[in-house]
Amino acid sequence: MSVVRPAFPVSRTPFMAKITYIDFEGQSRSVDAENGSTVMENAIKNGIPGIEAECGGACACATCHVYIDEAWREKVGGPSPMEEDMLDFGFDVRPNSRLSCQIKVTDELDGLVVRTPERQA
Amino acid sequence: MSEAIKTDVLIIGAGPCGLFAVFELGLLDMKAHLIDILDKPGGQCAELYPEKPIYDIPGLPMVTGDGLTKALLEQIKPFGPVFHYQEMVQTIEKVGDPLFRVTTDQNKVFEAKVVVIAAGGGSFQPKRPPIPGIEAYEEKSVHYAVRKMDIFRGKRLLIAGGGDSALDWTLNLAPVASELTLLHRRDDFRAAPDSVNKMKALVAAGKINLAIGQVTSLDGAEGQVSAAVVKRNDGSVFSIACDAILPFFGLTMKLGPVADWGLTLKGDLIEVETASFETNVPGIFAIGDINTYPGKLKLILCGFHEGALMAQKAHRYVYPDKKLTFQYTTSSTSLQKKLGVS
Ligand SMILES: Cc1cc2nc3c(=O)[nH]c(=O)nc-3n(C[C@H](O)[C@H](O)[C@H](O)COP(=O)(O)OP(=O)(O)OC[C@H]3O[C@@H](n4cnc5c(N)ncnc54)[C@H](O)[C@@H]3O)c2cc1C
Ligand code: FES
Repeated sequence: MSVVRPAFPVSRTPFMAKITYIDFEGQSRSVDAENGSTVMENAIKNGIPGIEAECGGACACATCHVYIDEAWREKVGGPSPMEEDMLDFGFDVRPNSRLSCQIKVTDELDGLVVRTPERQA
Repeated sequence: MSEAIKTDVLIIGAGPCGLFAVFELGLLDMKAHLIDILDKPGGQCAELYPEKPIYDIPGLPMVTGDGLTKALLEQIKPFGPVFHYQEMVQTIEKVGDPLFRVTTDQNKVFEAKVVVIAAGGGSFQPKRPPIPGIEAYEEKSVHYAVRKMDIFRGKRLLIAGGGDSALDWTLNLAPVASELTLLHRRDDFRAAPDSVNKMKALVAAGKINLAIGQVTSLDGAEGQVSAAVVKRNDGSVFSIACDAILPFFGLTMKLGPVADWGLTLKGDLIEVETASFETNVPGIFAIGDINTYPGKLKLILCGFHEGALMAQKAHRYVYPDKKLTFQYTTSSTSLQKKLGVS
């Protein structure tokens, strides 16, 4: 099959942002994530360890807990009140804790770095 | 051992699929008992998302987890199901052809001709905080549930968490304990506002202590805690002396004893055939989220379908000599009698 390159860039696929997950032992894994998907979904789809997501992203289990890299905290923002309540079920919750099913990938988050905790549940 | 409770069908798990199975079995004259480790019916719908909407239950454009549970209970009422809550099924033993003896962790014994496993994602179990060495204290001085308040009489208690369980037990145990500290990671509680107000009044009156932070390690020996080391949000550390700790961090689903019942598993799921959703052991069926077969979808509506087909085959074990004729609830007076509408 021959590949025809367009004369000027055409964007057919949705924007892909790079997300890096660093586990508690320091190993880092990066994935390409579609805009609009969640940080949790991309972890599950790519078999990233350290995120369980028992409730499938309904903000009902707190097993998708991650720590947002300091450099990204402002861009990612803080949790909603509902998410803050659910974070009570997480362990070793820190000021940069978020539930990854509640973080939607956008252009802005291209390059995002999150760390997964030692245990989810 | 207590005397066995006898029933046609024993359903393990009172989630939506276990509940609806009562209906399908009932139409075919089979009585059911249900066992669940939770203290209420509804499984995931009740425990994980009671207030969230479900949009794909046929005929119900929108229903909440709680709403669906209530509707199912109403629907199965004519068949008089018997519920056994806060019991975890531990063992299933084949004692006849087919007859099963089922025992729970509370030493209740059941005898049923048919066992239906509707255990969903497994049994709901309390989340264990990742505190190093906590296992050594469990059951002795760290408790995830309160069965007898009296064992805490005169003790220094530490209750951790910010939800209804943590607050309810704080209020209930405050008069029993010699000293009680409620520990939560923030000064904001998701528990019912009424309980939060009552708790704050107790704190203001000097009856209990409120501390903000998270436990990082435990001091103690031979299963007996003496203190919890707590980290504040600013990273500073302090210690709370205590004789018992009650962590309430919600529940998580663990496969639990299902793995030990001699059934063919695929990962954490029970393999079934798709004509009747029977397992490799004749007379034991598996429906809902716990089973797997080619094309399986973990949807409530699929579990309902599985329950209907299961009941047809279960009938052969419960009534080996009776022939089944297919009938509609709309037009069959005999079915309507069973439903109490005719
Ligand atoms: C947040 C969220 C949203 C969802 N949204 C939808 C949706 O929109 N549509 C949809 O179709 N599905 C949805 N689901 C999935 C749906 O809830 C499940 O498919 C359904 O609950 C499965 O029902 P079940 O009866 O098989 O098991 P469960 O609901 O998991 O219930 C199983 C019960 O068995 C008990 N149990 C297990 N082992 C034992 C034992 N050994 N002894 C005693 N008791 C035991 C458990 O404690 C539990 O209460 C959602 C799930 C979640 C978490
Ligand atoms: S996946 Fe359950 S809260 Fe995020």
